[in-house]
Amino acid sequence: MNLAVRDIRHNSGRFAFTTVGIGLLLMIVMGMGGIYRGLIYEATLLVDRVGADLWVVQGHTRGPFAEVSRISASLEDRVRAVPGVAQSRRFVSHTIQRVHQGRPLRMVVQGLSWPEDRGEWIPLVAGRALGQAHYEMIADLSLRLPLGEKIKLGRDEYEVVGHTRGMVGTSGDGLTFFTVSDAQAIQFDVPGEAVRLERAARRARLEGIEIGRLQPLLLDRAAGPSSSIPALSRPQVSAVLVTLHPDADAAAVRATLDTWPDITVFSTQEQKDLLLSGMVDKAKRQLGLFRVLLIIISTIIIALIIYTLTLDKIRDIALLKLIGARNRVIGGLILQQSLLMGAFGYALAWGIGQFTFPHFPRLVVVELADLISLGFIVLVISTLASLLGIWKALSVEPNTVLSA
Amino acid sequence: MIAPAVEVQHLRKVYGSGHTEVVAIRDASLSIARGEIVGMFGPSGSGKSTILTAMALINPPTTGKIEIGGKLVLDGPKALVDLRAFRRQHLGFVFQKANLIPFLSALENVQIALEVNDTAPKAARKRAMELLDYLGVGARAHNLPVALSGGEQQRVAVARALANEPSLILADEPTAALDSQRGRQVMELFAKVAHERNAGVLVVTHDHRTLDVFDRIVDVEDGMIRVREKVA
Ligand SMILES: Nc1ncnc2c1ncn2[C@@H]1O[C@H](COP(=O)(O)OP(=O)(O)OP(=O)(O)O)[C@@H](O)[C@H]1O
Ligand SMILES: [Mg+2]
Repeated sequence: MNLAVRDIRHNSGRFAFTTVGIGLLLMIVMGMGGIYRGLIYEATLLVDRVGADLWVVQGHTRGPFAEVSRISASLEDRVRAVPGVAQSRRFVSHTIQRVHQGRPLRMVVQGLSWPEDRGEWIPLVAGRALGQAHYEMIADLSLRLPLGEKIKLGRDEYEVVGHTRGMVGTSGDGLTFFTVSDAQAIQFDVPGEAVRLERAARRARLEGIEIGRLQPLLLDRAAGPSSSIPALSRPQVSAVLVTLHPDADAAAVRATLDTWPDITVFSTQEQKDLLLSGMVDKAKRQLGLFRVLLIIISTIIIALIIYTLTLDKIRDIALLKLIGARNRVIGGLILQQSLLMGAFGYALAWGIGQFTFPHFPRLVVVELADLISLGFIVLVISTLASLLGIWKALSVEPNTVLSA
Repeated sequence: MIAPAVEVQHLRKVYGSGHTEVVAIRDASLSIARGEIVGMFGPSGSGKSTILTAMALINPPTTGKIEIGGKLVLDGPKALVDLRAFRRQHLGFVFQKANLIPFLSALENVQIALEVNDTAPKAARKRAMELLDYLGVGARAHNLPVALSGGEQQRVAVARALANEPSLILADEPTAALDSQRGRQVMELFAKVAHERNAGVLVVTHDHRTLDVFDRIVDVEDGMIRVREKVA
């Protein structure tokens, strides 16, 4: 006969209330673990999806996810000339925050190397990839920009032609894809007055030196658009992505690139490791700390309620001892109640999580391995929590039953 | 010769120490045979419960010996056997109140006594039901104690006391909470158990109207036991 279940049935209200509380606590513990997994998933999503073999970034930097990385766009062509390289693409990525229809719109602007890269590799849930060199964009659903919507960024309007789901940048902001030149136009958009001032400054600098005075035509060029001045470089990109031939020797290509002093090369895995160690590490420790605290709190709550449930039936326990019940029976009664409370709480946490986690502002990824390890933790804390009650029950004298 | 159900010799029990010291039992000796029902009378505070709980192995004496079924179990406060195991195998108890576990049904209250003594659950359930029928409360088997009358509760407690066929049954004022008719029924039940099941039964009571059910009566006065001739 199972005494634990019968006692719980007798005290079902109190047991249910406590279990709900424990369940909510465990749900938060579960959710925090899921948020951590979500952080990792989102942080590495882009690196995973763009599917490059090597990342060429500014020399002595850790790449565009760690700091500002600026390299010349011409590196794309230099890299392409290395034997074993199948393809190289410019990588432009920056986060902007604008206001659209009265609400703040924060998004990661991602440049695609038009025309080689039209975004066919992007998993679209609606619409299509980019079809022209300008004024089109693919947006993640989390940005809530419907297909066909025109968004003004800088001086130009861009039409949403495709949708992705769950494509977010390392900080959880939705991704948008443009051609590289559009992305740069958005990034380096400067007001007309600033352009005029810059041109006037160039002209003034030139007038101050001899060549400017000797070559009046130069003065006209200096006061013109910067793209028409050969001496000025084109806008720089964040990185160059390298795809290798299937049968290329990755180590050899890497060794070649490593000899170039102006750049640093990372493999995709290294780029991911950098991302995780840099960005996610502190969040992980923070979330881990909270989880530990919540688990301790859950243990204390279970322990206290099991202890009070034990105190409430201390005379019944004395009676059990009087009629000769072994310690195993009495300890088992309390341990089982504790385990049941933990198990129901865990099930409840899982159940509530199923409904609530999808509505969390950031992605919550609950992995089976995490569920199993949390289940194991719940097993351990329920056992620990029962010790106080068991100790109390085992120390009660059987003649307590007579003292009313 | 068959050993008596219980034999206590020169029992002495002192509660507390120093100026709070109470000598509850001065020098008590008593033997109860199997198949015999003994009534224990005496004024309040005379030490009846102390003697009974000492025999029940839940309140060890300061000095004196307790033998149950011919086996020396307690020598002063020193236990010579596993008392809890001994209780479940050889003893049955009924007290004035709080005899039953509130979260178990009548049937389960009897069943648990059998299960703690290693009877398989199915067999325990069957036997528990038989006992409740024997005591006339079979119809209430699935009720919780709160739903039973005082008399029904006591009969369930008696059923539990009988469950493991104990050689000694100890009852401390088992009828105090009952009306005289119900009280008498319970007392007659004890006599029946003693005679039919060959158990030694000791009943502490204040109810002089039930004197006739006992084979023998002892009086406790000031921590001493005095055997009285049967006044039937
Ligand atoms: N746990 C205890 N600590 C100290 N003194 C006790 C304790 N239990 C009983 N006594 C004392 O021992 C004496 C005998 O008590 P006991 O309970 O055996 O009497 P009793 O004959 O059963 O009385 P009643 O008929 O009222 O139940 C009393 O003076 C009582 O106050
Ligand atoms: Mg008494």
